[in-house]
Amino acid sequence: MEYFVSVLLSGIAVGGQYALIAIGYTMVYGILRLINFAHGDVFMVAGLVGVYVSTWMPLYLALPLVLVLTVALGFIIERVAYKPLRSAPRMSVMISAIGVSYLLQNTATYVTGGQPMSYPTIPFLSDTVTIAGTPTRWAVILTPFLVLALVVLLTQLIDRTKVGMAMRAVAKDFETSQLMGIKINSVISATFIIGSALAAIGSMLYFTNYPSITPTAGAMPGLKAFVAAVFGGIGSIPGAVIGAFIIGICENLVKSTQFTVFSDAITFALLIVILVFKPTGLFGEKATDKV
Amino acid sequence: MNKKKSVSWGALGGIVAFLALVILLENITALIPAAPRVLLPTSQLFTVLKKGAVYSLVVVSMNLLNGFTGLFSLGQAGFMLLGAYTYAILTVPVAQKDTVYYLFGGSAVPFSLQDTFGLVFGTTGVGGAVSMVLGVLVALILGGLVAAGFAYLIGLPVLRLKSDYLAIATLGFAEILRAVFQWQPLGPITNGANMLKSFPTFSDFNIENASGQTVLRLSAFVPMLIAVICIAIIVLLINSSYGRAFKAIREDEVAAEAMGINLAKHKMLSFCISSFFAGVGGGLFAMYAANAQAKVFTSTMTYELLLIVVIGGIGSVSGSIIATFLYVACSEWWLRFLDSELVFASPTDPGRLAFIVVFAAAVIAAAFLAIRAIRKKEGHTLTQELPVWIAAILLLGWLVYFVISHSLKLPLLRNGFRMVVFSVIIMIVVLFFRRGIMGDRELPDVLRGRRLSARKSTPKHAEKEALK
Repeated sequence: MEYFVSVLLSGIAVGGQYALIAIGYTMVYGILRLINFAHGDVFMVAGLVGVYVSTWMPLYLALPLVLVLTVALGFIIERVAYKPLRSAPRMSVMISAIGVSYLLQNTATYVTGGQPMSYPTIPFLSDTVTIAGTPTRWAVILTPFLVLALVVLLTQLIDRTKVGMAMRAVAKDFETSQLMGIKINSVISATFIIGSALAAIGSMLYFTNYPSITPTAGAMPGLKAFVAAVFGGIGSIPGAVIGAFIIGICENLVKSTQFTVFSDAITFALLIVILVFKPTGLFGEKATDKV
Repeated sequence: MNKKKSVSWGALGGIVAFLALVILLENITALIPAAPRVLLPTSQLFTVLKKGAVYSLVVVSMNLLNGFTGLFSLGQAGFMLLGAYTYAILTVPVAQKDTVYYLFGGSAVPFSLQDTFGLVFGTTGVGGAVSMVLGVLVALILGGLVAAGFAYLIGLPVLRLKSDYLAIATLGFAEILRAVFQWQPLGPITNGANMLKSFPTFSDFNIENASGQTVLRLSAFVPMLIAVICIAIIVLLINSSYGRAFKAIREDEVAAEAMGINLAKHKMLSFCISSFFAGVGGGLFAMYAANAQAKVFTSTMTYELLLIVVIGGIGSVSGSIIATFLYVACSEWWLRFLDSELVFASPTDPGRLAFIVVFAAAVIAAAFLAIRAIRKKEGHTLTQELPVWIAAILLLGWLVYFVISHSLKLPLLRNGFRMVVFSVIIMIVVLFFRRGIMGDRELPDVLRGRRLSARKSTPKHAEKEALK
């Protein structure tokens, strides 16, 4: 029982962290129809920035700064690598995203010298607590609640504000919304800013639980978060969150058996099953051109 | 018709001459001991030739799928893995099995192809050579067939998906394969997470005399020959009616179907053939690396291959080959110096002066080109030029500082810098030279001049179609 609780807890925690990344994927895909392959690496860079910044200044300054820098990175990536290709075919934007991912990973390898960096201990988040007889970290307990709060906030933003309305309009029809006077570029930038900010928060929660960050640490969580977004129905934020929790829990269940090697593979197996049987995902809109 | 024939004879002659040149290069130090150091057998040149041959086969196979059929698949590393493991499992010599599989108490595959052929042809002298070559060839082909068979199986569900969903699904399959091959219970076959080694590699093709001295080096020639044969088959396929059907599918699926092309059949055919050659390439890669390890065939490898395809030009076989050799030469040889620290002997060291001149020229040329490109656009504003000006002034300012301060050490050069420079170059190609080196033209088109390509189609139109 205790064992099961601990597996479930870490599954929910990892799922929550994937959810924060998955929202970035699903929003960008909803608007640009682009798999932002670099998003997982933005998440990794956020972790690395956290490592470096926290050695120079106290944590209460460092963490907001990480947020700001990650947002700036997301914004710059969009402006430099995706905006010039706005009228180009979709595949070249995706190739550009792969190029950015490659660049970020190589730069991270260069900066860190290829050494795994250990993430700073954040007080409170890294402290242990005992739930139902299983010791765990506060970050694990806090993650799902934080994710839920952020999702509620985000859905409010999208449903109630002007920016949100613009986002929904652009996601529905790119060209028409342009004709209606919506400034496409600022809406897209806003999307990237929100996505990067959530990835930065996700990185703080995620890397507190792991001993170290390597330059490729973002690739797998990034891919899994994308799978979560597809699973939940791409373009749908609640879908992405639920998909992420399902994937996080499945992954940890597999990890607790003798099939540990397949903990990454199970995600992709789920992806293929969902793509074949319900291509729109759990909560996706009906009219899609995926298949 | 006659002209076409002379072109293909010319191409054949060129290839044969090139292969002969490779043999000559490999053996020149044996003939002329005073030959330049670049030609020593340990030179990076031969690493580049070997790896370039292996990679160009895989890249061309990826281009067949992504560039010619328009199926955006990211499973190439997975198919290479299948080929590499099939090759390795079937060719680890029986005598070495216990050493290689020591964690699992021997292998579940009790034979190896070259030993089996050895029963027929003998194991020493010419007979041994024949059985080794046969064993290797059969194992490579089987590796390709295993990859193609697997491609058929996953193609059934996956090929119904479109563009980025196909990409992510194939990527997923490659990741699943990687996990399966590292699974410990399969250890007696795959050696679990450990590497497979001791199988024949390229250097086993060097011909030795009785006393063990190398008489004739063929270690770069062999991969080159295999790659040339495979790529020639792919080119013949592209120029056949099947190839035209693939291109029709790339241009417009609905129109292609209306013209009577069986979409499912042709997509599957392209997917399987591409995977077959990726599998053969994987086997060759195992020979090049002298080991087979599941953890090498990651999605990063696929990304790398895709970026080479893009640099060469989506839909151009010769572009892919040129880009592969450029890429491999840069990463293995020409840009190696970026990875180690460089300190000049004195402020007037010719190397330092050369660096200053080259750096200044590069910055000015790049800034000039960028500004010209911006000014060409309609409705450009000065604010668009501003970042270029700032960057150029900053870089030149740093150069002035470098000159005045008599600094001897080049900054930034450190382990890993090569890959950063490399990825920046790739990003520049992706953003500003989207057509790559060749666009969708082939080398003969380029050599025969622009008239032909201008008649074929306007470049802009072609680009749009190629990248669809």
